Amino acid sequence: MDSVKVIEIKKSVFASNDKDADNLRKELKDKKIFLLNLMSSPGSGKTTTLIRTINLIKDKVGVAVMEADIDSDVDAVKIKEATGIQSIQLHTGGMCHLDAEMTRQGLDNLDTEKTDLVILENVGNLVCPAEFDTGSTCNAMILSVPEGDDKPLKYPLMFSVCDLVLINKTDVLPYFDFDMEKCEKNVHMRNPKAEIIPICAKTGEGVDKFAEWLLKKIKEQKQQ
Amino acid sequence: MHELGIVFYIIRDVKEVAEQHGVEHVSAVVMDIGEVTTIVPQYLQDCWRWAADKEELLKGCELRINTIPAVTYCDCCHREFGTLEHGKICPHCGSDKTWLLRGNEVEIKEIEAN
Repeated sequence: MDSVKVIEIKKSVFASNDKDADNLRKELKDKKIFLLNLMSSPGSGKTTTLIRTINLIKDKVGVAVMEADIDSDVDAVKIKEATGIQSIQLHTGGMCHLDAEMTRQGLDNLDTEKTDLVILENVGNLVCPAEFDTGSTCNAMILSVPEGDDKPLKYPLMFSVCDLVLINKTDVLPYFDFDMEKCEKNVHMRNPKAEIIPICAKTGEGVDKFAEWLLKKIKEQKQQ
Repeated sequence: MHELGIVFYIIRDVKEVAEQHGVEHVSAVVMDIGEVTTIVPQYLQDCWRWAADKEELLKGCELRINTIPAVTYCDCCHREFGTLEHGKICPHCGSDKTWLLRGNEVEIKEIEAN
């Protein structure tokens, strides 16, 4: 019978990605580029929110977008047509998230010469993207009203890794049993430091506050 | 669904270790997985079987999972509490100055080679 040899490893499977992500974060800091990793469920309004927001800030700062999806270039084309900024599509090859290496490959394909802000629109999913550090400067997520105020309880990791939570589609609040106060409490239970901004990407309400948040963060990245 | 991505990470790391130790076949991989990682063990097993059998090194290799209970520590009253029941707010003193002590591990503990 074969003898069995035990080899002790004791290593986190995320260790190499975490290292890649930290390196990328440092490089971006040196280049004074702010990278926002934007996450959410499919259909929460990421692309619509981005179009509104980019149109508010594109004359003040250089913006580029990387759209990540399993397939198609629908989002990248939509962003380019609606805002005129540099926009590329990343395909994850069936995977449900992006990691630091994939993010770096995307950045290598962008002209970042005059770019202050790169927004990475992650794959629509509340579970997987939260596990993998992309190397972003900040993480943000969009929770839309129809999804429900209990989502922070169901997807704790997503809410605990986000610096900013946008609550979108506030125009339909009267039609859903969505309790804004309860939602904020649920978010802060998972992450007391998370900032929360209610918005409506369709009407534009609150989007200026998100734009202000971005401009403030871009400034901070430049001053460091 | 992120279980497949994690399986690819595990395979990459195990391959690296196997090469360093001159191992030709791995019969078991033992993982320590925390309760609040959002990894579903059964999905991880399913993805593992599918992906591991595609590798000569890992054909038929068993994936063993140890679950690590999640515990949060309170900096204010210096007590511990179960993360799943109470989240980030300390049930003893109501403080939010708490941090996860354990329960977030996704670690390859050891491999068995034959």
